[in-house]
Amino acid sequence: MQSRDASDLVVLDRAQKHFVITKGLIRRSHRAIRAVDDVSLSIHRGETFGLVGESGSGKTTLARLIPRLTRLTGGRVSFDGRDIDTVGGSELTRIRRRMGIVFQDPASSLSPRATVRGSVIRPLQLQGAGAREAAGRLLETVELVNLGPELLERYPHQLSGGQQQRASIARAIILRPELLILDEPTSALDVSVQAQILNLLLELQREFGLTYLFITHNLSVVRYMSDRIGVMYLGKLVEVGPAAELYARPLHPYTAALLSASPPQTPRLRQRRKFALAGDPPSLIDPPAGCHLHPRCAFTRDICRQERPALRAIGLARFVACHFAEQLALQVGD
Amino acid sequence: MKLPAQLRPVLRNPQFVAGVILLLVVLFSALGADMIAPKSFEEMDIPSSLAPPSRQYPLGTDHYGRCIFSRVVYGSRIALRVGLIVVTIETVIGVSLGLLAGYYGGRVDRVISFVTDLTWALPPIVLALAIVTALGPSLNNVVIAIALVSWAGYSRLIRSKAQSLKNMPYVEAARALGESDFSIMFRYILPNTYGLIIVLATLSVPAAILSTTALSFLGLGSQPPAPDWGVILNEGIAYMHSAPWISIFPGLALVCTALGFNLLGEGLRDLLDPRMKV
Repeated sequence: MQSRDASDLVVLDRAQKHFVITKGLIRRSHRAIRAVDDVSLSIHRGETFGLVGESGSGKTTLARLIPRLTRLTGGRVSFDGRDIDTVGGSELTRIRRRMGIVFQDPASSLSPRATVRGSVIRPLQLQGAGAREAAGRLLETVELVNLGPELLERYPHQLSGGQQQRASIARAIILRPELLILDEPTSALDVSVQAQILNLLLELQREFGLTYLFITHNLSVVRYMSDRIGVMYLGKLVEVGPAAELYARPLHPYTAALLSASPPQTPRLRQRRKFALAGDPPSLIDPPAGCHLHPRCAFTRDICRQERPALRAIGLARFVACHFAEQLALQVGD
Repeated sequence: MKLPAQLRPVLRNPQFVAGVILLLVVLFSALGADMIAPKSFEEMDIPSSLAPPSRQYPLGTDHYGRCIFSRVVYGSRIALRVGLIVVTIETVIGVSLGLLAGYYGGRVDRVISFVTDLTWALPPIVLALAIVTALGPSLNNVVIAIALVSWAGYSRLIRSKAQSLKNMPYVEAARALGESDFSIMFRYILPNTYGLIIVLATLSVPAAILSTTALSFLGLGSQPPAPDWGVILNEGIAYMHSAPWISIFPGLALVCTALGFNLLGEGLRDLLDPRMKV
């Protein structure tokens, strides 16, 4: 288990989100999709925590647990020491105002019937800010995200993807939150715009000391952005560690496979070792017994089929859920 | 202004244009009835009763010698007013229930959907007949009865739209900002259903007019001597063979009005959502 101290802004303690599916009218069967299964992690103040994993690994569900956009089915999530799942309505609203969220699809993140001004200024209005103060803060924020003030009266469909995402970021930071949850904020944008948005996020972080939860499936982006990285597979966190170390020496076979699946950064790296996984990810409804990765892993032994490896500490800052993390030498070569 | 560029697709849509022209005629006769109609709708001229169309009576007269043209023209007022009132009431009921059912889901949805299915399962005219019988025959009661039995389409449509919209990221963002449920429904979901509502409302006007006319024809709605098209049709059936003009012209007016709204609605649907074109 990970240590918990005052520098942690967000702490997940064995957080669980299972979606129950009920089938059959007479012989009812209940099965659970384990979108997030026993995940424990902490996000330190001021850091960028990168969360990677393939589609369906539970990254987005995990992110939605933090502002309680979806309820936990087990475990605890706390923000600045407050248990998110048990706080009352007005307290929850106060906590939510200390977080901002940016979604993947910029086109559907803003209400199609509201102008940019209407969408971005809304958080201030909800907070009860005066009209003059709100207008001042709006202009200031719009300038921060490099969105021309002439775009304020436009509707989302009249903006480019990058401009839409800047407007979403403006809305997310206008209350000057402490945490920004970035759910694949650049994966819908083309590469040049992606770089602009990433740099904007880095600037904002420097200026306001923001804490980021950065979710992506793009490994080069997450490396560029993150201090620490968590890797998810089938609803479980399989590895956590500082970005540079995790890239240099992955401890979990799944991390190694992800890294070797991303395009090489230099031609020399084409000759690097490859860690391929067999087959497709199994269904979340009926995950394999033991280690979830065992049917696909090249290093599978008997214990992997029977016993689920717990997330355990290796060294000072690294955590991994693999029985053989110490024995496997998984350098991808970089 | 960008109007001309935006008008081009409108003018290229023949359904829409035809609908607008038909409805302009109806609207014009409703608003200008006092100037268009040569006679009052209840002025009798017994000596020239059952007269065929002539210069004095362009569409002939009925058994009391009343001018059919004038009665049909005044009748358009009743038809339009009835159509608008019924549609307004059913829109308000159906849209609110649909929003509640779609947004909250769960138990709220099950109760509302059950009631919706109930009204859907009963033939509207029969249900309306029952209500009018209970309330007593009058045009107002017919309007209330029709509105009360015909909101199910709105409720279902808005419910399914709300179900899909409530998972949009901008609704999630609104929830995360602390918007109330009420505000999310009316600020974020409802405005994105306006297009659907306008089309459905336009397409529902003819049904509303036809149903009220049918009830008036059966003697449950407008009472004589009101120039309701249903009343005129009813009076005309006795003279179907000797004076067919009594029933033909209010019938034609009814068809034109219904057709006008249908064409307008279909045209609007194509214009507001090009993807729905088949």
